Amino acid sequence: MASPKRGFKERAVEGVVFSGGMASIVLVVLIFLFVLKEAMPLLREYPLIRFLTDRGWQPTLAAPEGPWFGLMPNLWGSFLVTAGAVALSVPLALSTAIFTSEVAPGWLRDMLKPLVELLASVPSVAIGFVGAVAINPLVKDLFGLDTGKSAMAGSIMLAFMAAPTIATIAEDAINAVPRSFRDGSLALGATRWQGIASIVLPAAKPGILAAVMLGVGRAVGETMVVIMVTGNAGVLPDKGLWYAFTHSVRTITGTIGAEALEVANGEPHYRALFMLGVVLFTITFILNAIAHYSLGKGDRRAQA
Amino acid sequence: MYHKSRFAAALAAVGCIGLAGCAAQPKEGSAGANAATLSVKGSDTMVQLAQAWAEAFMKAHPDVRVSVTGGGSNTGFTALISKGADIANASRAIKPEEAESAAKKGVTPKEFVVAQDALSIIVNKANPVTELTMDQLKDIYTAKVTNWKDVGGSDAPIVLNARESSSGTSTFFQEHVLGKGTPYAATAMLQPATSQIVSGVGQDAGAIGYVGLGYLNDTVKAILLKKDAGSDAVAPTVANVVNGTYLLARPLFEYTNGEPSGTAKVWLDWVRGPEGQAIVKKLDFVPAE
Repeated sequence: MASPKRGFKERAVEGVVFSGGMASIVLVVLIFLFVLKEAMPLLREYPLIRFLTDRGWQPTLAAPEGPWFGLMPNLWGSFLVTAGAVALSVPLALSTAIFTSEVAPGWLRDMLKPLVELLASVPSVAIGFVGAVAINPLVKDLFGLDTGKSAMAGSIMLAFMAAPTIATIAEDAINAVPRSFRDGSLALGATRWQGIASIVLPAAKPGILAAVMLGVGRAVGETMVVIMVTGNAGVLPDKGLWYAFTHSVRTITGTIGAEALEVANGEPHYRALFMLGVVLFTITFILNAIAHYSLGKGDRRAQA
Repeated sequence: MYHKSRFAAALAAVGCIGLAGCAAQPKEGSAGANAATLSVKGSDTMVQLAQAWAEAFMKAHPDVRVSVTGGGSNTGFTALISKGADIANASRAIKPEEAESAAKKGVTPKEFVVAQDALSIIVNKANPVTELTMDQLKDIYTAKVTNWKDVGGSDAPIVLNARESSSGTSTFFQEHVLGKGTPYAATAMLQPATSQIVSGVGQDAGAIGYVGLGYLNDTVKAILLKKDAGSDAVAPTVANVVNGTYLLARPLFEYTNGEPSGTAKVWLDWVRGPEGQAIVKKLDFVPAE
């Protein structure tokens, strides 16, 4: 059976697949190294401790006062908007996932799933535009704010973008729980909800966690929407969490997105933006690692 | 399951790139075949003006394709220096550092005044405040004053709108109102485009912002500026720029790399000629002379 020709073909395909896989690893490493290499010279002109602790981001402020390259307002903005987005999107996405996988009849499920996935592919500029003209005024009127451009508006829009991602992946995880688990719990006299809550969801937990992490990753990395709806004021939460959430913030991605095209190659401002890139890279790397780790744990448990 | 869907997504992405490539090719060929192109980049204040110029210019010169992009004066200078644009629009003069880095790259920016502008301070129409002194304006943008009642208005927090650091208008405002080296208040919301300042000020009752004269419309109210409490309040109008009484009047520039030649020269002569300057008036800016 095994002719030499087929052996060659097999090996060739193997080679292509292998180099494809390696290429993505090499690319990611190269990109990270490039970002790091462009960022590092900043530390010669602007000490790391100032980058980490300065309270302001004013890159074009004239010397001797400026420029200021403070990470903190950017990091805080990213954190606040993302945390808000998670708090809003996770309950919504999980109920969607549970409904489509466990409760909805077949025909409805067949309709819902592609629609949810379609929602995940709406371009972010379109979502940002909707946010700027519809959500900003709504948030402002609803909470009696001075301006609708706020972390809250950003969280709502990001939740809108992250929820479909979380929902589809969480649904896959729930579907992967063997039928026998559900049958077993029903046979023991549990109601359907008891079965979902205490058997199916715990079994799917690692996959659900991975889904949440990937959703968070999408929210942290989103740029266009936050530029358009958060107002981009680089402030720290001096007046409490609720005040901060209902006022303008500036995110890491927003800063990079708004400023990257204008800086001249090699000047400190350019280095500082790459340094923000390093921070962003590290954050998304950690989130992906958590997602991957929890998925792996799930696989091992299913096999055991 | 998850891996499978990711694979499908990757496949779809590859498909899209392939399709886009095919679709883009013929279009490129038809536009670039024998038409001269001119890329104009920079100041967001000037982007509507430059677009109006480009439309009329292309009607008069059907063999030239002009592309106009905004982004801010910094963006324009960066593009001119890296030879990514033929013309840089700027709402401020070139900085010494920029001239230096241009010289390093063998670029010699040449300056042309193509219009004038009154940087206008705008507030929401519901705001009772009609005039501010330069000091009050500075106090507002450095957050020394955070409530309208301290500058003669009603008891309401001030919502600060400013432009991103790429903006020449932002630099101009910083140098002429705050003072060079004085930071904006951290609470100032930095908008990526002038149009967003106009819409923000139109939406929020306590908002203040600054825009070019051509962006004034009836959704916002322009503030009259005074040098100090005792002097006359001057409105941002064409007449007050021409007679020199408006405090935040400024020239609007276009820069070329060296003495302009070919298409760039035709463009600049046209822009500074009667047709170009008529469009300046039509868009509510002030003619160069």
